[in-house]
Amino acid sequence: MSIVQVLERLGHTVDYPEAQTCCGQPPFNSGYWDEARAVAERQMTIFRDAETVVIASGSCGAMVKVFYPELFDHHPREVEAKALAAKTFEFSDFLVNQLGVLDVGARFPGRATFHDGCHGLRELGLKEPPRQLLQHVQGLELVEMREAETCCGFGGTFAVKFPMISTAMGEVKCTSIADTGADYVISNDSSCLMQIRGVLDRQGKSIKTLHLAEVLAQT
Amino acid sequence: MTNREVILSRIHEALKAAAPHPAFYNGATEPSPLPVSPQKWLPPVGKTLEEQIELFRQNAEALKAEFRACSDVSEAIQHVKKLAATGGWKKVGRHRGELTDAVAWELGVTEVQTDHGYGVDDLESCDAGLTQCEALVAQTGSVLVSAPTAGGRALSVLPPHHVVLARRNQMTPDLSAALERMQEKFKEQFPSFLSFISGPSRTGDIERILVLGAHGPKKLTILLIS
Amino acid sequence: MKTHAREFNESARRYTVDLRHRDLIQKVLAGYYTKRDEYKNRFQNWSGARDLAAEIKWEAINHLDRYLDEFVSKLEARGTKVFWAPGAQEARDYIVGVARQHKVRSIIKSKSMTAEEIHLNDALEKEGFEVIESDLGEYIVQLRREPPYHLVFPAMHLTRQQISDLFHDKLGSEPTNNPEDLTMIARRVMRRKYCEADMGISGANFAIAETGMISITENEGNARLTTSLPKIHVALVGIEKVLPKLSDLALFLPMLATAGAGQSLTCYNTLYGGPRQPGEPDGPEEFHVVLLDNRRTELLADAEQREALHCIRCGACLNVCPIFKNVGGHSYGTTYQGPIGSVITPHLRGLQNWKHLSQASSLCGACTETCPVKINLHRHLLHNRRNAVRSHSSHLGKFFYAGFAFMMRRPASYQLATRLARVAQPWQHLIRGTIIDPLRAWTKTRSFPRLAEKSFRELWRERQTP
Repeated sequence: MSIVQVLERLGHTVDYPEAQTCCGQPPFNSGYWDEARAVAERQMTIFRDAETVVIASGSCGAMVKVFYPELFDHHPREVEAKALAAKTFEFSDFLVNQLGVLDVGARFPGRATFHDGCHGLRELGLKEPPRQLLQHVQGLELVEMREAETCCGFGGTFAVKFPMISTAMGEVKCTSIADTGADYVISNDSSCLMQIRGVLDRQGKSIKTLHLAEVLAQT
Repeated sequence: MTNREVILSRIHEALKAAAPHPAFYNGATEPSPLPVSPQKWLPPVGKTLEEQIELFRQNAEALKAEFRACSDVSEAIQHVKKLAATGGWKKVGRHRGELTDAVAWELGVTEVQTDHGYGVDDLESCDAGLTQCEALVAQTGSVLVSAPTAGGRALSVLPPHHVVLARRNQMTPDLSAALERMQEKFKEQFPSFLSFISGPSRTGDIERILVLGAHGPKKLTILLIS
Repeated sequence: MKTHAREFNESARRYTVDLRHRDLIQKVLAGYYTKRDEYKNRFQNWSGARDLAAEIKWEAINHLDRYLDEFVSKLEARGTKVFWAPGAQEARDYIVGVARQHKVRSIIKSKSMTAEEIHLNDALEKEGFEVIESDLGEYIVQLRREPPYHLVFPAMHLTRQQISDLFHDKLGSEPTNNPEDLTMIARRVMRRKYCEADMGISGANFAIAETGMISITENEGNARLTTSLPKIHVALVGIEKVLPKLSDLALFLPMLATAGAGQSLTCYNTLYGGPRQPGEPDGPEEFHVVLLDNRRTELLADAEQREALHCIRCGACLNVCPIFKNVGGHSYGTTYQGPIGSVITPHLRGLQNWKHLSQASSLCGACTETCPVKINLHRHLLHNRRNAVRSHSSHLGKFFYAGFAFMMRRPASYQLATRLARVAQPWQHLIRGTIIDPLRAWTKTRSFPRLAEKSFRELWRERQTP
């Protein structure tokens, strides 16, 4: 809902096609590409007439923007997949690179650090946009953690297929976060936030997790 | 079918399917042109000999080699004598050559000359190895040796202190230039052994802590003679 | 017989809770990161260098037959004996044959992952030959009777204390906490071995087609000594090591050193083009090059993943992989660890038995980002997953994802599922972490978030109604 609020504040019309479900990343990452394609085809149909599609998370954004073209390579709907990929943007990418907006009029006092979700960072190349947006949030003190770019360990089904490795990676990430002395950790990927929250809670740490959009929606 | 035929036919079969060329990664439709020589990407090197010598000195010293520019052969001789005295050298390995001859005659230490073969234990018990070289490389602070110019393969790596005697005109700007020089000099008749030496021997195998003198020489001295 | 997947899981379970291991690896790699970045930044353009390196390897691998033939004919012209080995057995048999023919007693070896791959040491020792690893890290793991932990740093997982204990135990040396003293102990042992060995075995980092030479990159000088003093030198070279031209080394030697070791160049980069030539005072009387296929041609045939053969074995991908850093090199249970190992092992040793390595990854992409020759490593892990499903998908997996697709194509069923989840959540607290908890894999070590009271869809609908 924060994304809707921010976009409307900037004067855009937002529509939410209720028929949408999932981008198809879980079967895709597990190697079940036929099933992933079945799910993806449905989303492609739903968003066919949209002018622009904005996605909350880096990993779903990467699925549509980077992986749909590969998934539909040499497929009858290849052109459609590439068209959807071209008009889909992760939220911070949309604000900074498409709208050219850095200041959304947000206000959020506090000390925070930013975690780069791997898909947003490496598949979509979005290191700077989230930081640029946060730097314009009034009252927010942004500190960089050591190894901000290291994976938090979620990785989709990896988190439950290899929970011991996933947890170890989460612990390493939470140590980096805690070492900054920040009260908040912000990310543009909700799966990462779920993983980090899960580990922080078990460690009994009071650091709060927030999605980038939630921070930007605050006034 | 011979083994060679087996492997080559497997390769031939395998290559029937084409793999995308790197210039076309990320959906590019036109290949981006790349330079043939890597010099455009590698660390820059100055154009003048003086700049190159200075860069060489910085790089060699960063590698913990000792570098000294000598105005003539007698200055080099003096320096090697000092090293011999400090190091308590009793036996030195070397090969015949213009510079090594000049230095060895003044040194007054027992020699093991490698040119026509040598006893392994004899060479192993030398305190130092004295050699010339093919070239110096400014970009990396390296010495390029070969079997003919450094008395074989072992002389420059077995004794614990390696001393290199080089002339100014042996300085090359970078690895590309050094390799080109070798190709021009040898054409197809390469020696069986060529080696780029960049500092004294070292290891990081124990907790990634740097230790000098792992198996090769613990000390490397490079004397650049005008 | 335990499957490799099971062994991997068990080992990973041990290592991921071993905080001492976690801290040691982090400490050891911290210095590498700093140095690597320092030398990368000295390049005028590291990205351009990667592009060029990728292109050169593409040229070599996609014309492999031509370049191998050129390499071999140049080598043979100067007296080298070349043996083409279609598989591991042929390579082992040939090398054992050479040792027998020359009545070799002691063999000294420099580092070769290819030799690890074909279990060469075991084969030689079974035939009664003494084999000593001369590289310090390899020597240490040889004494411990364990495989190398890392492609480039075989003893990365050991503290100086452990090494001191090992040397004291096996060599009778005085215990010491000083890395330099420990190195000198190994140095003294090796110097005798270099002088006495009848045969030296090495690997090769690159095979230069244009001039018929192999190139060996090292820091210690042990490879130079292994190949200088013994009468016979045998080099084991994977067919993918080919580079077209001598001048290509001007790019690859610095990139290998920077990415692999955080150095501008390693201490010794040596070119070998034949046995001792007329007029040369020393060097082996016989030089043998064993070219190894061992299923590399199968990877070559997979046009999608062929670029995995571009690998220059620098180890950079291991150094940035969070899975590698947490499970450790030994968990992989195979010669090649880390991301590159996970990509190629299914091709070299079988997909169904080794697909778990491709599954044990969050696909973060740090490996692809760091690879000096731009191999799309994490993408190939995904391809392995897809190929594994295509060739043999489990009934459970097929059933689960077919159901997933069914639900996701029908928004009504998706909404029902999320509503049920919200209802069920309070009950989940009661069984959390126990055997019957369906979320156990997560909840054993992490808390699960409380689902929002209202879904986005419900909030949206509320907004729309005036």
